Amino acid sequence: MNAPGRTIGFAAGPAPKNAIEIEALTLALGGRTVLSDVSLAIRGAEFVGVLGPNGSGKTTLMRAILGLVPPAAGTIRVLGATAARGNAATGYMPQVRGSLADKRLSGWDFVASVVNGHRLGLPLLDAAGRREVAWALDMVGARELASRPLAETSGGERQRLLLAQTLIGRPRLLLLDEPLISLDPAHQQAVVALVKSLQTELGIAVLFSAHELNPLLGALDRVLYLGGGHAALGTVDEVITGTVLSRLYGSTIDVVHVNGRIFVMSGGNDMEHDAHRHDHDHGGHDHAGHDHAGHDHAGHDHGGKNRSGRAHRDV
Amino acid sequence: MFDYDFMRHAFAAAAIVALVAGLVGYFLVLRGQTFAGHALAHVGFTGATGAVLVGASPLAGLVVATVAAGIGMGFAGERLAQRDVAIGMVLSLSLGFGLLFLHFFTAYATQVTALLFGNVLAVDTDTLVVLLALGVLSLAALGVIARPLLFASLQPELAEAKGVNLRLFAVLFLAIVALATAECAQIVGVLLVFTLMVGPAAAAQRLTSRIGCGLALSAVLALAEAWGGIALAYWTDWPSSFWITALSAAVYVAAIGGRGLVR
Repeated sequence: MNAPGRTIGFAAGPAPKNAIEIEALTLALGGRTVLSDVSLAIRGAEFVGVLGPNGSGKTTLMRAILGLVPPAAGTIRVLGATAARGNAATGYMPQVRGSLADKRLSGWDFVASVVNGHRLGLPLLDAAGRREVAWALDMVGARELASRPLAETSGGERQRLLLAQTLIGRPRLLLLDEPLISLDPAHQQAVVALVKSLQTELGIAVLFSAHELNPLLGALDRVLYLGGGHAALGTVDEVITGTVLSRLYGSTIDVVHVNGRIFVMSGGNDMEHDAHRHDHDHGGHDHAGHDHAGHDHAGHDHGGKNRSGRAHRDV
Repeated sequence: MFDYDFMRHAFAAAAIVALVAGLVGYFLVLRGQTFAGHALAHVGFTGATGAVLVGASPLAGLVVATVAAGIGMGFAGERLAQRDVAIGMVLSLSLGFGLLFLHFFTAYATQVTALLFGNVLAVDTDTLVVLLALGVLSLAALGVIARPLLFASLQPELAEAKGVNLRLFAVLFLAIVALATAECAQIVGVLLVFTLMVGPAAAAQRLTSRIGCGLALSAVLALAEAWGGIALAYWTDWPSSFWITALSAAVYVAAIGGRGLVR
């Protein structure tokens, strides 16, 4: 419906009320049921944080919304149409893999490769295509990365280029899979602030998956928590409660509020941070000695990003 | 040196092959599949010796074997195409079979040497025509798939979501690589295909981060190395394949060292 031949200019037609409508959805991956009988709707212009333990189906849900994983049961409608591959109105940022770090291509060519990238022919851009790439780079403040090889960019700079890629085609829905992974707290706040400004400026829906709730607190409108095959969607106050999460996990979960930050605990362990620590190494953020009561996340506050400060007051 | 037919043929053949190798090799390096290209050449050795055994032309056997292996490798997907051990096994098994076929044939040493290390001075008019036809075919095919191939190489998950069939382009690309490999083997032999397919492309990617410049530079470097190697062979009477490998290595090392000066 909203995939004009040339992916330049905003997708045509009036915006549907909901960006995503999921009905009685069951998703299975390799014989394992990841989500079972989930129904929810994401509105046309909201920032939704997608949280949940490893293996709870955050990536699988995004891939299903993209039409890459067929539902075992139920339906997914994206911007009014059944989820299918090749939807120009959906932007997607997969989890970063190391393979980009050895590419010697310029940031410009990296972003430009997305323009009509599914079409046969030589990768040459016309004037409109070049404007589109320049616009996407400007939107994420990555103009100065255009001439630099990918191999010589930092993790945070690469995230901005990946974000610029998702903007090609002027999507109305962005699916961002763990954009904060392996970034230090200051860069995490910068990425969240950038995505939030894109989301409000363009008036689009954003699904942003993360290991930790706290970096997203100032930005998100609602949170989608996945666990135990189930999903809970609502405001932070509605979803991040001991009652709701205990039901999702099927065991007793406590939610602790400390200085405007929220910690999800199971048997005295901070679950998000445990998952976080086991999953990857993220440089500079020291977990080793933290205790929950006194956990101060110094880096978040000293990141120089004023959004960080506001985030704390909002909660 | 241009008074001789065989020298003119050699320069013409080298020009065709260098253009193909430089352009195809650029994508091969970008996709991190250089070792797969190397293995395809070795499969070509089996094909060529097998063809000789049954009385067919070695070039035909080379082309058939590499293209079949390239398509097979493409279908096996990332599981095989980027796995060193599996590729290494295919590579050595291919050489082993080639050796077995030669054993049955009790072959001429010169023919074996030509297959393994190339003999650009032995290219005749018929071979030249075949090289030109295969070269045009592989570059035309590359031109058709270049944009989705680039997208799929740089950002496979996003490309898949936008409707690019990753498997299809992996198969088509490796078939193109196979054709290019068979062409290269005529100039530098199956063992040294790396030198024309990978050397110039890797040097070009060191020197420029723009795709267009990189492709052009890769082709120009491959051409300069191939022609330079033949000319040096003419003057020194050392093997042309040696000179091409030497030039390729020298250019690559210079590209790594000289990059600081360019920027």
